[in-house]
Amino acid sequence: MESKAIIAENLTKFYGRARGIDGLDLKVAPGDFFGFIGPNGAGKSTTIRTLLGLISPTSGKAQVLGLDIEKNSREILRRVGYLPSGSSFYNGMRVRDILKLSADLRRKNCDASAAELCERLQLDRSRKVEDLSFGNRKKVGIVCALQHDPELLILDEPTGGLDPLMQHEFFSILQEKNQKGTTVFLSSHILSEIQRYCTRAAVIREGKIIACDSVDRLAKTGARRVTLRGNLQQDFLPGIRDWTEADGIVSFLYNGETNKLVRALAGMDIHELTITEPDLEEIVLHFYEKGGEQA
Amino acid sequence: MTLIRHELKQSWKALLIWTLSIGAFIIICLFMYPEMKSQMNSISSIFSSMGAFSSAFGLDTLDFGSLKGFYGIECGNILGIGGALFAALIGIGALANEEKNGTAEFLLTHPLSRSGIVTAKLVSVLIQVLILNVSVWLMAVGSIAAIGEPVPWKEVTLLHTAYFLLQVELACICFGISAFLWKGGIGIGLGLAIALYFINIIANLTSKADVLKYITPFGYADGSEIFNKGALDACKLLVGLVFTLAGTALAYWKYNQKDIR
Repeated sequence: MESKAIIAENLTKFYGRARGIDGLDLKVAPGDFFGFIGPNGAGKSTTIRTLLGLISPTSGKAQVLGLDIEKNSREILRRVGYLPSGSSFYNGMRVRDILKLSADLRRKNCDASAAELCERLQLDRSRKVEDLSFGNRKKVGIVCALQHDPELLILDEPTGGLDPLMQHEFFSILQEKNQKGTTVFLSSHILSEIQRYCTRAAVIREGKIIACDSVDRLAKTGARRVTLRGNLQQDFLPGIRDWTEADGIVSFLYNGETNKLVRALAGMDIHELTITEPDLEEIVLHFYEKGGEQA
Repeated sequence: MTLIRHELKQSWKALLIWTLSIGAFIIICLFMYPEMKSQMNSISSIFSSMGAFSSAFGLDTLDFGSLKGFYGIECGNILGIGGALFAALIGIGALANEEKNGTAEFLLTHPLSRSGIVTAKLVSVLIQVLILNVSVWLMAVGSIAAIGEPVPWKEVTLLHTAYFLLQVELACICFGISAFLWKGGIGIGLGLAIALYFINIIANLTSKADVLKYITPFGYADGSEIFNKGALDACKLLVGLVFTLAGTALAYWKYNQKDIR
């Protein structure tokens, strides 16, 4: 296998009969800011937990930072920072004790970077973790994942519970790390944040990767979002889907030659018209609905 | 070392409460002994002639009127049950509680090997059992001296050693079971400790069930037998050692391939 931050080949995990992931192929290059998109239950967490050695794959193989996930899990964990989707810590411990424990378990002194991260995320280190809100516990997880300055960050639904200002600060930190060479791999079902921050993305559906490309190319499918005020029928042209009609405003996705669309519209009674590129969200929703046919 | 220290920090309060509770019960009972001794001559013969009840608790072979006899029976029930419950609880929780409390994902995504985690947890369980037993032994010996009785060093130490080994065995068996659980298993731990205690009582009741004494660790921690022989039963200890090692090996084997929830 060539040098990749993450590479999975035909990676499969079944929990008994239940599908976790099924023949998953994934490549993340060093330095990528990579988004991993999928609805709940698609296999995002299963993929991440398999890569980190928390669960062992049923079949297939994978490497993280060039290391085999089954043979070198400990070395992988040494060089990776991981943020779990849920944030549970030991009751009775203060934030600073948790951060210290995490650093000690890595045999590193991270006091300086922990202090800086807590400052930027406005996290009070003297509080007990069980008294913290979900968002603040999430921040503890973020500092644990980042404070030892890992080569690869694996973040499972990182923004849950964070307010918009904190999300913005969090992504600023990630972008700074990324510019210094850290590979970022984050899973999310919020497409806008992936479109805004990630350079590459993969879409997972029912345990399989159904699309993997740069975010720009994923968003550029040739399809156009057409919104107009006027009177027309859905079947006036082939290649139309996602048809909605409300208060005389018609909106649909058109996939075909623009010329044909303009000619067809020219003969109709149209008052307003906008034609835009659809956003990633619309495209990905289409992936989910159509079972992965190219949009 | 970091993990062992963390484990002990997490559990020192529970350890303190168990140690003080068991120690306090033993101290209270010992301080009642001088009062009881004066009335004991008549009671002792009654205690020893209650048939099955007497043999169940070893009253037929131990003289309740002497300090040794009194201590063997009284200590047997307090440290025996209390210590067994404590050992079972910390054994069964050691590995399973991480997943029950959702902290497994935190701990296991640090660069530690699974075997390293099992070792650290096992060591911290054994340290706790050791601390409890040494403390209780000191409190017991101190109390005997305080009520002005000569301390039967050999007997008391043998008995406490047997209870220590009993707790180590039970903790290791529960530790092995713990590797299979992900919801915590307080019921399983306590149930096992109590069941083993009652198996010993059944074995005391009838000689036909003597083989049961080899299965339960309470079999080698029987005050009357230890005091009469002046030694622990090597054969029963050996069976106990097999159970101890089996529980430990099971924990390493299972935890190394476990899917963490």
